[in-house]
Amino acid sequence: MIETIVSVQLPIKEELTIKKNRLTPNEINGCEKRICIVSGLYGDELGGQYICGEVIRRIKANYEHLQGIVDVYPTINSLGLDARSREIPMFDMDYNTVFPGSLDGDLPEYTAAKLIEDMKGADFCIDVHSSNVFLKELPQIRVNDDVSKETLELCRYLNMDLIWIHPSTTVDEGSLAYALNKIGVPTIVTESGTAFRIKYNYCEQVIDGIFCLMKKLGIWTGDVIRPRKAFVVHDDEITYLNCESSGLFVTHCHLYQKVKKGDVIGIITKPIFGSVEEEIIAPTDGFLVTLREHPGVSEGTLVARIFGNQEEHL
Amino acid sequence: MKKEMIYSMDSGFREEFQVVGYRFGGKETEGVEEKSACIIGSMRGNEYQQLYICAMLMNRLTELEEKGAIAGNNRILVIPSLNNVSMNVEKRFWTSDNTDINRQFPGNEQGEPTSRIAAAVMKAVEGYRYGIQFASVYKDGEFISHVRMPETGKESTSLANLFGLPYVMVAKQRSFDSKTLNYNWQIRGTEAFSLYTSNTETVDEAQARQAVSAVLRFLTRMGILRYNCHNGYIASILEEKELVNVKSSSAGFFRKLVHINEEVKRGDVLAEIIDPYLGNTISEIHAPVDGIVFYTSRKPIILQNSIAFQMIKKLHE
Repeated sequence: MIETIVSVQLPIKEELTIKKNRLTPNEINGCEKRICIVSGLYGDELGGQYICGEVIRRIKANYEHLQGIVDVYPTINSLGLDARSREIPMFDMDYNTVFPGSLDGDLPEYTAAKLIEDMKGADFCIDVHSSNVFLKELPQIRVNDDVSKETLELCRYLNMDLIWIHPSTTVDEGSLAYALNKIGVPTIVTESGTAFRIKYNYCEQVIDGIFCLMKKLGIWTGDVIRPRKAFVVHDDEITYLNCESSGLFVTHCHLYQKVKKGDVIGIITKPIFGSVEEEIIAPTDGFLVTLREHPGVSEGTLVARIFGNQEEHL
Repeated sequence: MKKEMIYSMDSGFREEFQVVGYRFGGKETEGVEEKSACIIGSMRGNEYQQLYICAMLMNRLTELEEKGAIAGNNRILVIPSLNNVSMNVEKRFWTSDNTDINRQFPGNEQGEPTSRIAAAVMKAVEGYRYGIQFASVYKDGEFISHVRMPETGKESTSLANLFGLPYVMVAKQRSFDSKTLNYNWQIRGTEAFSLYTSNTETVDEAQARQAVSAVLRFLTRMGILRYNCHNGYIASILEEKELVNVKSSSAGFFRKLVHINEEVKRGDVLAEIIDPYLGNTISEIHAPVDGIVFYTSRKPIILQNSIAFQMIKKLHE
């Protein structure tokens, strides 16, 4: 059932609505668990649109297996998605900095508060992201180091390649995930692929993971895959490669690629001179979990991340 | 005045990016210079008013330095712009990745481009006794000029009062405050002030003059300048949470009937909302309290449920 969470009149004869699709079992006893699947906080993340649509389609195709409530919010930043803009148009504002919002605030804060109100009380929430236009990421979960053991355990069912645990001090307190965790809704963020594109194999991986998790939570009884074993990594196990020159990043590497210390990951060229300004060298053994997608770079631009010194896993 | 390079960065496709500072006063021959005041102009590509104020201030400081009006061994550093490249292409945030430099402090010398800029600027501005930034807010509208400080526990409203602007605002910390220059200045021991004037994307001469006078007045009162100026206001100290948001119940053309600084009574009509196709008045926005209009939206159109005005309640002219 499609429900409108919040609607706001736009100035010239149009209405902004944020909707969810609520899928419930045919018979409800009031004790069902509820999961929220959220996407489209950023208007350039299209992978989540595909994921949300496919989750709904698969549930509808096997409705008899649904034992809990699935609330799917595919399109939070609908204006951004329509305008092909990452931020909220008109405000040029990052939606994921305004939570928990305020009913007394402007459109971003007001709609954020309405969303939090609606998601309150859920048993789990997955905020589906697709990186940005600059980087491509292999399917991963981002959680804080103060996440509960139970939530971390549930992350293992999500069929990701990485579970990346960040120090909680570095986490943006205005994010949806932070705000929901704070009010007791266990929330995790998935990242995969790149913005403005749908990486179908990564999306299918995320979708399979969502069904595995829903089965673990007792929301889904249908067949699911055996989730892959994710590497659980901390910040100090990830090596950041930032370039020291500006120009064009040229690489023939790919995500998941195993690299050795000293390998050339890519080069920075200066088109007008036809010169190679810099070689990006792997400082450690490992495999590529992040790679620059947009070739334009400036001094300091992140071009790759290596999950390093993990020979035993490779 | 001495020009100094704060940070430079090669660009792949255009000329070198530079952040430059201008140092006034501080006679190296007379022993240790006092890092007295640091002033930052624009950080975003749409902050024309902020850059203009800074340019006018530079002009005055140059004259005052030539007249020997900088007292003792005080040094003043002015950085007019941290982001001229975005202004040149009319982008609000950093040209290549749309990040906001004022969400990158204290910065990281090994980090991404805007984080490196923030780190270099932080290093250059750290240790000054007073820090002043000409700041802007995301809302497109007009504000009464004021000095704003986040509530860090180290803010000093009595010092802020010495700018002689009508209002000093203490704001509750927001999630992103810890990444702003003002916050990082304060926690590193600098008395930091953000100075807001009514405009951002357009230049208002009168407001710019008021801002320049406010800074010169402050520097004079701190013993940094020898300058004779009007005493300005004894500021009303406000807490941001005391402002009353006045929202529009419908959307359409926004016909504003009052301006900032106006005193209104509860029930007064502040604006009319006009149907964009039919031209009739759909609704009116009424003052919910007696008070002074602190903020007004400037756009010709308005969203439903958006903040059209902010009022200082129960305050009279």
